Amino acid sequence: MADDTARIEEILQRFPQIKRNALIPLLQAVQDEFGYISEQAISRIGTHLSLPSSKVYGLATFYNQFSFSPRGYYHVVLCNGTSCHMAGSGELLNEISKLLEIEDGQTTRDGLFSLEVQSCIGACGQSPVMSVNGEYYSRLTVKEVREIIKQYREDADR
Amino acid sequence: MQTDRKFLLKFAQSDPSELSPEEIRRGDILRKIHITKPLIMVNSSTSGIVAGARHTWEAIEQYTADRSIDIDLAETGSIGLSSEDPVVSVQLPGRTRIFFRRITAEKVSSLLDDLFHHVVPEKNLIGQLLCEGQEPWNEVPTFEDIPYFALQNQIVMESCGIIDPFSFEEYVAGGGYSAFLKIIRSYTFSEVCELVSDSGLRGRSGGGFSTGEKWKAAFQTPSDQKYMVCNAEESDPGAFMDRALMEGNPFQLLEGISIASYAIGSNRAYIYIRSEYKDSIKRINNSIKVLREIGLLGDNILDSGYNLQISLRKGPGAFVCGEETALIASLEGRRGMPSSKPPYPSTSGYLGQPTVVNNVETLSNLPKIINYGPDWFKGIGAADCPGTKIFSISGRVALSGLVEVPMGTTFDTIINEIIGGVGKGRELKAIHVGGPSGCMVPKELMKIPVTYESMKENELVMGSGGIQVMDDKTCVVDMVKYFMEYMHKQSCGKCIPCREGTRRMAEILGSITRKPADEEGHTTLERFKGVMQLESLAEVMKDTSLCGLGQNAPNPVRSSLKYFRHEYEEHIFDRRCPSNSCTELRSWFIDVDLCTGCSICAKRCPSEAIIGTARHPYFIVQEKCIGCGICYDVCKFTAVYYK
Repeated sequence: MADDTARIEEILQRFPQIKRNALIPLLQAVQDEFGYISEQAISRIGTHLSLPSSKVYGLATFYNQFSFSPRGYYHVVLCNGTSCHMAGSGELLNEISKLLEIEDGQTTRDGLFSLEVQSCIGACGQSPVMSVNGEYYSRLTVKEVREIIKQYREDADR
Repeated sequence: MQTDRKFLLKFAQSDPSELSPEEIRRGDILRKIHITKPLIMVNSSTSGIVAGARHTWEAIEQYTADRSIDIDLAETGSIGLSSEDPVVSVQLPGRTRIFFRRITAEKVSSLLDDLFHHVVPEKNLIGQLLCEGQEPWNEVPTFEDIPYFALQNQIVMESCGIIDPFSFEEYVAGGGYSAFLKIIRSYTFSEVCELVSDSGLRGRSGGGFSTGEKWKAAFQTPSDQKYMVCNAEESDPGAFMDRALMEGNPFQLLEGISIASYAIGSNRAYIYIRSEYKDSIKRINNSIKVLREIGLLGDNILDSGYNLQISLRKGPGAFVCGEETALIASLEGRRGMPSSKPPYPSTSGYLGQPTVVNNVETLSNLPKIINYGPDWFKGIGAADCPGTKIFSISGRVALSGLVEVPMGTTFDTIINEIIGGVGKGRELKAIHVGGPSGCMVPKELMKIPVTYESMKENELVMGSGGIQVMDDKTCVVDMVKYFMEYMHKQSCGKCIPCREGTRRMAEILGSITRKPADEEGHTTLERFKGVMQLESLAEVMKDTSLCGLGQNAPNPVRSSLKYFRHEYEEHIFDRRCPSNSCTELRSWFIDVDLCTGCSICAKRCPSEAIIGTARHPYFIVQEKCIGCGICYDVCKFTAVYYK
């Protein structure tokens, strides 16, 4: 906890100007550092910019980029753009949700997996697309997804 | 760097006739026309990386290290063929460059084995790019022979996939930055506004508003501080032209931003870019850094007295931030909610100051307009709408990727001739143009020339230019449902017609693509009532929403109801999806007489719903079946059917 406070302070120092337009870059810096935005970070940012925490939280929840729970060890990003939707990303999503027992934006209880559905990764020629910790998988089928998740589980057990 | 800087600035400012032959030769070396060792370029744009370009890169490094071959390995952007990635191009000294498709890591060694023995493998070959001073390969198709390239008119995308996006030298050697240096040396602010206005350039983000007029409004508003904002939000799923431009030729965009900032007399510019575009951000940041070092950004640029700072802001992700007032709100650190116009941003925008918001494609057009003049630009495309437009095409197509064509080209040419139509054995049903707030264009309307006016006449919108192609296996209602669910999630919630309207529409469309088993009590009646109201709801949303997002949100519903009413009716009255893709409406069965018990369906079933013993008819357990239809696709004996 003490460590977290120091890291938040370090980020705040990078934004010395107390201006409203520093709010989004600040939240992004926190998100990049921790992978999510904690309650502590929100109230600290509020104090720094002289804004009520409610305003900071309200803004953060408006945008898709910010998440409020820690990411899993493996962060699964599934694309649900139009092209991926046509290629069956909905079925992939059902399969992943069923396998991991989590929905979009959630993390498994053991902290191993987290799932994020993005509106378009931008590789419409390779659809449907999924990435796990930055490693991309393209032209997926439900079966392949099952294999990939299984593989990561086995890797984690080891 | 110092001598380089001097040379590059001289090169950019001089007419080719003023350069010495040695300087021209030096430029050609920078442009990689004359090379001394083999050059291999890998498309490392997002689409390339997703397809495995990083592994390809490593495999090439490994291959050349093992055999101690000295080569130049460089990154490049996408040539447009994103379904064919990773695209790799190879240039041997003195020969033309050859492009190959789908070069994954395991294909590297056989490809390079052949090429280093001066044999061009036919497998995975795209073609060669002819270039003066280079010897062409025999029996290798040139880009002019390939319809995909021959029928396009690449102006903005010309260098994408050919040059190294990290190399400022290469951009300058190809004629870059001459436009910006020309205007800061010999044009006044208003002359640039006038020139662009005269060229007839219109905003490429959907509205089609004259860029020059927008600039004039901002230029004429008195203020100490004006802002230029480049809209690189591109949150439209299925549109990726801006990303390709940023990843393929970032210096061209920055030159465009510099020109636009100069024209409106602004010395502060922002690039508002989607935070998901990690690779674009990397390239833009690199470009800004290089330009600062060279002295083309900063205070008193090349002693002209003009200052310019460009900074990058990452958009935290909201579809509505593509709308300019919402984008400005987000830049100011507020929620990205649009506000009513007027006042337009060009008179009162970011922090209350005059602000011009232009999108990436519009700005990328500028260097060439300045270099070749407005008359050249007016000669391309349609009379009222000059220039080219980039379309990103995906969905059920033979090739998916980017296509840059003159305005006024028909959809028919784009889809059937350039892209090569839908997949084998399929039939084209319609195309959806302009993303979630776009329109469905039926086959019959694909003959209209694409300009802002002709689209409007037919009650269609161009949007950003994303096209999804639908074949006979794609369900119109399912697509519209997907778009409405998306719009419902992305509605900012400020005004009621959009917030509630998108929600109701998504609910109604959801209810007609579901089985009756899921409904209770009077919901069936509600369903009918709802469907009858779709049309009037769409009208209300169109008329009363505050911003373009809400006004355009019902477009998919309106256009599909107009041209594909029968598909809706089939869903409502027969509870049947004609193209068989609404999974929740299907119940699958196996015909006992036709089933040979080959067990392939049971093996492929994702939910293990098919049971039986080999060589006896199989059976589908309805409770377990998710209705995906894989058993139908794999059955060789047409024993699987649905009701």
